[in-house]
Amino acid sequence: MQSLLELMGQAHEQLSQAASLAALDQVRVHYLGKSGLLTGQLKQLGKLSPDERKAAGQEINNAKQVLIEALEARRESLQAEALNARLQSEAVDVTLPGRGMSQGGLHPITLTIQRMSEIFGQLGFEMAEGPEIEDDFHNFTALNIPETHPARAMHDTFYLENGLLLRTHTSPVQVRYLMNHKPPVRVIAAGRVYRCDSDMTHSPMFHQMEGLMVDTDITFADLKGILKTFFREFFEVDDLETRFRASFFPFTEPSAETDITCVHCQGKGCRVCKNTGWLEVMGCGMVHPNVLKNVGVDSEAYTGFAFGMGVERLAMLRYQINDLRVMFDNDVRFLTQFH
Amino acid sequence: MKVSESWLREWCNPSLALDALGHQLTMAGCEVEGVEPVATAFSGIVVAEVLTVTKHPDADKLNVCTVSYGTDEVLQIVCGAPNVRAGMKAPLALIGAKLPMPDGSTLTIKKGKLRGVESQGMLCSAAEMGMSDKSDGLLDLPADAPVGTPLREYLKLDDQVLELNITPNRGDCLSIAGVAREASLLTSAPLVPPAIPTIAASTQDTFKVTIAATEACPRYAGRVVRGVNAKASTPLWMKEKLRRQGLRSIAPLVDITNYVLIELGQPMHAFDLNQLQGEITVRLAHNGEQITLLDGQSIELKDNTLLITDQAGAVAIAGIMGGQRTAVSLETTDLFLESAHFAPSAIAGRARQYGLQTDASYRYERGVAADLCVQALERATQLVLEICGGQAGPIVDNVAEASALTKRSVTLRAARIKRVLGITLEHAEVKALLERLGCEVTDTAEGWQVLVPLARFDITIEEDLLEEVARVYGYDAIPAVMRPLTPMLHLPSQESVRLEQLRAPLIARGYQEAVTFSFVDEAIEEQLSPGIDRIRLLNPLSAELGLMRSTLWSGLLRAVSYNLNRQQTRVRLFEVGAAFSLEEGQLQQRRKIAGVVTGFNEPEQWAAPKRKVDFFDIKGDVEAILAAVSGETFYFIPVVHAALHPGQCAQIATKEQVVGWVGALHPQLESTLGLDQSVFLFELDLAYLQKARVPHYTAVSKFPALRRDLSLVMDSHVLAQSLERIIANVAPPQVVSWTIFDIYTGQGVELGKKSVALNLIIQDASRTLEDSEVNTIVATVVAALEAETGATLR
Repeated sequence: MQSLLELMGQAHEQLSQAASLAALDQVRVHYLGKSGLLTGQLKQLGKLSPDERKAAGQEINNAKQVLIEALEARRESLQAEALNARLQSEAVDVTLPGRGMSQGGLHPITLTIQRMSEIFGQLGFEMAEGPEIEDDFHNFTALNIPETHPARAMHDTFYLENGLLLRTHTSPVQVRYLMNHKPPVRVIAAGRVYRCDSDMTHSPMFHQMEGLMVDTDITFADLKGILKTFFREFFEVDDLETRFRASFFPFTEPSAETDITCVHCQGKGCRVCKNTGWLEVMGCGMVHPNVLKNVGVDSEAYTGFAFGMGVERLAMLRYQINDLRVMFDNDVRFLTQFH
Repeated sequence: MKVSESWLREWCNPSLALDALGHQLTMAGCEVEGVEPVATAFSGIVVAEVLTVTKHPDADKLNVCTVSYGTDEVLQIVCGAPNVRAGMKAPLALIGAKLPMPDGSTLTIKKGKLRGVESQGMLCSAAEMGMSDKSDGLLDLPADAPVGTPLREYLKLDDQVLELNITPNRGDCLSIAGVAREASLLTSAPLVPPAIPTIAASTQDTFKVTIAATEACPRYAGRVVRGVNAKASTPLWMKEKLRRQGLRSIAPLVDITNYVLIELGQPMHAFDLNQLQGEITVRLAHNGEQITLLDGQSIELKDNTLLITDQAGAVAIAGIMGGQRTAVSLETTDLFLESAHFAPSAIAGRARQYGLQTDASYRYERGVAADLCVQALERATQLVLEICGGQAGPIVDNVAEASALTKRSVTLRAARIKRVLGITLEHAEVKALLERLGCEVTDTAEGWQVLVPLARFDITIEEDLLEEVARVYGYDAIPAVMRPLTPMLHLPSQESVRLEQLRAPLIARGYQEAVTFSFVDEAIEEQLSPGIDRIRLLNPLSAELGLMRSTLWSGLLRAVSYNLNRQQTRVRLFEVGAAFSLEEGQLQQRRKIAGVVTGFNEPEQWAAPKRKVDFFDIKGDVEAILAAVSGETFYFIPVVHAALHPGQCAQIATKEQVVGWVGALHPQLESTLGLDQSVFLFELDLAYLQKARVPHYTAVSKFPALRRDLSLVMDSHVLAQSLERIIANVAPPQVVSWTIFDIYTGQGVELGKKSVALNLIIQDASRTLEDSEVNTIVATVVAALEAETGATLR
C-alpha cells in the first residue's frame, strides 16, 4: 500500500499532465471514484484503532480536498484552453463579402414619380390613373384644343388604326377625374405619354405628371405658392426660386411656363441652363372655364389650377443624368446606380 | 419669329439694354429663345470702290484690282471673286483687319503675295463677314455707298437678332409692328410707326373682285399698279432687313410683299395682272379641282379650301400660296396687289392637309387683323412705286362681312381679378392697363366693358382679359401664397394590394426595374404572343416601333439582348406597364408586371457555388409576388405557351381567371432573338392581383408539434399539386403543414418513377396527441396517396 504522500504526489503529477477534460476526468475517477485509490484508503480506515482512525481520516480528507480543488483548477484551465482553441479555429476573414443575392432597384423614373407623389400626397393630392390609348374627346376636345390646333397634327400625335390615339399628355386624366369627382379636388396623375418626336432631347415615349386642384377659392397666387413649395421640397433647396412666365395652353387661362433656379449652378449660369440661370420645368395655369364646363363644373362657383411636368426632366436634374436616351436603354450598369 | 433689334427700335426704342428688354418680353409671353449677332465681330472693313480689274498673269481665276477706299492711296488687291468688276462698290478688309472665322480662329489681314502678285488687303463676300452661310461672290454694295465708311457703320451691323417663341394664340406678335406693340406696352416707351402715305391714284384702272365665300373672306382689298419694272434691284437696306429676319432676297416684287408681311404682319399677294382672266372670285374649291402652285407642285384640292379664282380657274389657295399661272415674273409690267382678311377658321389646318406651310398660312391660321388690309396695301404700293416705279390705281376695298370689322366686346369684373388672380388692383390701374393694350374701356357697375383690338383674336372671354391683366401687371408681382390646406385623406384600402408591395419582393430578389417602349417590333411580338388581335400605329416612327405591345416581354427581351451584347451576362429585369390588345373587338389596356432573368442565380461570390438560374428560381420570385395577394389562391398549371419551353412553362391562375405565365423562353426563340443563354420569363396581370385580406389572428397551439417524414415512390409524372390536393382532402385539421423536402430519381428507384420525401407537421390546438393518434393520421394520408397515385411507401 502506497503512502498517502506518495499517492498524492502521483495524483498531482497525473492531473497536471492531463491534456484534455476527458483525461482529467479519468484522473478524478482513478483517485476519487467509487473504487478510486483515495477512496480505497478511506475504506482501509476501519482496520485502524479509533484514535489512529480519526487522525488518518482527517489526513485523507484533507488530501482529498486538496485534490478536488486541484482538479477543479485544472478543469477550468483546460476549458479556457479549449474555448481559446475553438475561437481561434473559428475565426474568419470578416472583410470578405457577405453571402447572398444582389440588391435590385427601381428605375429613376419611378423613383422620381414616387418622390413627386409623396410631396403632393402630403399636400392632400390623390393619385389617379388613366388609359394610355385615348380618344379624341378626352385628349383634345374636352381640353379646349380645337380641331385645327397644331398639337393635333399627325406630326405630333400617334394615331391608331381604330381612330383612337396615344395620349399626348396626362391632362386627359384631369377630365376623367373631374367627370367622376365633385370639387373640391386635389389630384395628380403620372404616366406614359407619347409624341412622334425622336432626337437627342426628345423621346417618342416619356412620362408626365399632371396635377389639378379645384375649389371655391383657388387663385393664381395659390398655384404659385403650392408649386414653389413643391420644387423646394423636391430639390431640397430652401431658397430655390421659381419664375412664372406668361405662356399659352388651350386648357388653362391664364397660362404660365415655370422656371426654377438652375440646380446645377445655383443660378449663376452654366451649360445645363444655357447660361440663363433658369431651368424650364413645368407648364401650368388656371383651369380654362371651357374645360370646367366640358366636365360639368360651374366655372363661376369653382376655380382651379392645373400643371404638367416632365418626369424625365426632373429625374435628369435630380440625378444629374445628361442624356435622355439612357433612360430607355435599360443597361444594367445604368439601372444599378439608383439603389 | 426673328426680330432684328435695330428694326424693332425704329418702331419702339425703350431706354433698356437688349437683354433687359428681352427679359420683359420673355416674362410677358414672347419668350426670347436666342440672340444672334447679324454679322461676326470683324473690324477694319470699309466701303471701297474697285477702280480697275486686270487678269492675274499667272492664275486663271484671279484678278488684280486697284481699289480706292476714300483716301489718296490706291491699293492693289488680288481677288478671286467672279463678280468683281471695275466701278463696283464692295467691302474691303484693310491690312490689320480682323475677321473671326467659323472655327473660332481669327483671320488677320496682312500684306502678302498671291501667285507672285502683291495684295494689300482683301475684298470680302457676305459669308466672310458672317452675314450668310455661303456666298458666290463679293458683297455688291450700292453705287451710292460712301467710299471709306466703315462697313459696320454703313450697314448698321452692330445689331442683334432676337429669336422669339410666339405662342399659337399670339398671331398679332408675328410682325415687327406686333412685337413693337408688346415692347411699348411693357416698357411704356412710345410706339412710333413709320409714316405710311396714302397713295393717290394716278390711273383709274381697277380689277373686279367678287366675294362668294363671305364668311371665309370678309374683306378683300386690291389695287392695280401698271408699268412697273420687275427687273429693278431690291435696295440693300431692304435686303439687309429681310436677311436679318431669315428671308432671302429674290426679286423686288416678292421682296416687297415679304417686307410688308414682316413689318406689319399682313400677308399679301402680287398677281401678274395680264395673266388674270376676267375677274377674281373668292370661293371654296370643288373637290378634285387642281392648281399648280408657285413652286411648281400640282395640288388636288378639297372643298374645305378657300380659293382665289379667275375665269380660267384657281389662281391662288387663299392665304396659303399663289398659283404659277398668274405669278409675277421679271417680265411682269402690270400688277394686281391683294391684301385680304381671311377668317382663321377658313385657313387653319388647310395648308397642313396639303403638306404646306407658308409665312402667310402661319399668320392667317393665327389671325390677321381685319383692319390691316388697306394700310398694308398702301405700304406695299409705296414701296413698289419707290423701287419698281409705275402708276397705282385706286384701292378697291371689298367688305363682304362688316361684322369682321366690329371689335369684340368682353366683360371684366373687378371681383374676378381678386377671385382668379388673388390680387387686388385699383379700378383706374386696370382701366389704364387695358387702354395700353389698345382696348376701348367703359366703366360698369361691376368693372369694365372692353372693346378688344381686332388683332387680338385670343381675347374672347373674361379669363383672356384676366390673363392680360396678369401678364402686364407681371406674373412675378403676384404673390406666391402657401394656403392652409384642409386635410384630404387618400389612403388606399388595406384590402387592396399596392404596387409597391408587388415590386418589393422583386427588388429584394435582385431585379432592376426597366422602362421599355410601349411600341414594339411586330415580327418579334408575333412570336411571343401569336394569335392576338393587335393594335397598330398609323404613323409609327419606324417599322420596328409600329405595334402596341401585347406583352411586356418584347421590350424586356430586347433589354436582355442589349445587356448581353455589352458583357452583362447576369440580367434580372422587371417592368410594370400597360399591354394592349383587342378582345372581341374591344380595346383592352391591361396593366401588367413582368420579369426576365438570365445568367447565374446569384452574383458570383466566394461563399456560394455558381449555379445558373432555373425554372424554380423564377417561380420562387413569382410566388413571392403572389404572397402579397393574401386574399387569393393561385395555381400553377402545366399548360403550353407558344413562346415558352413546353416542359418548363406554367399558366398561373386563380379558380376563375388566368392571371399570367411563367417559364423558360422557348429554345427556338432564344436562337431567333440571338440569345446564347437560357432566359426565364414571367408576366402577371395586375387586375387580378388586387385583393388583399386584412389578417385575422388565430391562436398559436401551446402543445408540441410532431414531425413525420414519409418517403414515397410513384410515377414520375405525378404532379406535386396532385399530392397537395389529395392530402388537403383527407388530412384532418391536426395536419398543420406539409412540405416536399426531397425528390430523388436514379439508382435504387425504378426508371419512370421518382421518390418523393415529404414531411407532415401534426399538432392539435387543445392537447398533446398520443403516438397512436399520430400514426392513424399518417396512415390515412399514406393510404390516400397510395390509392390515388399508385405510390408505395419506400
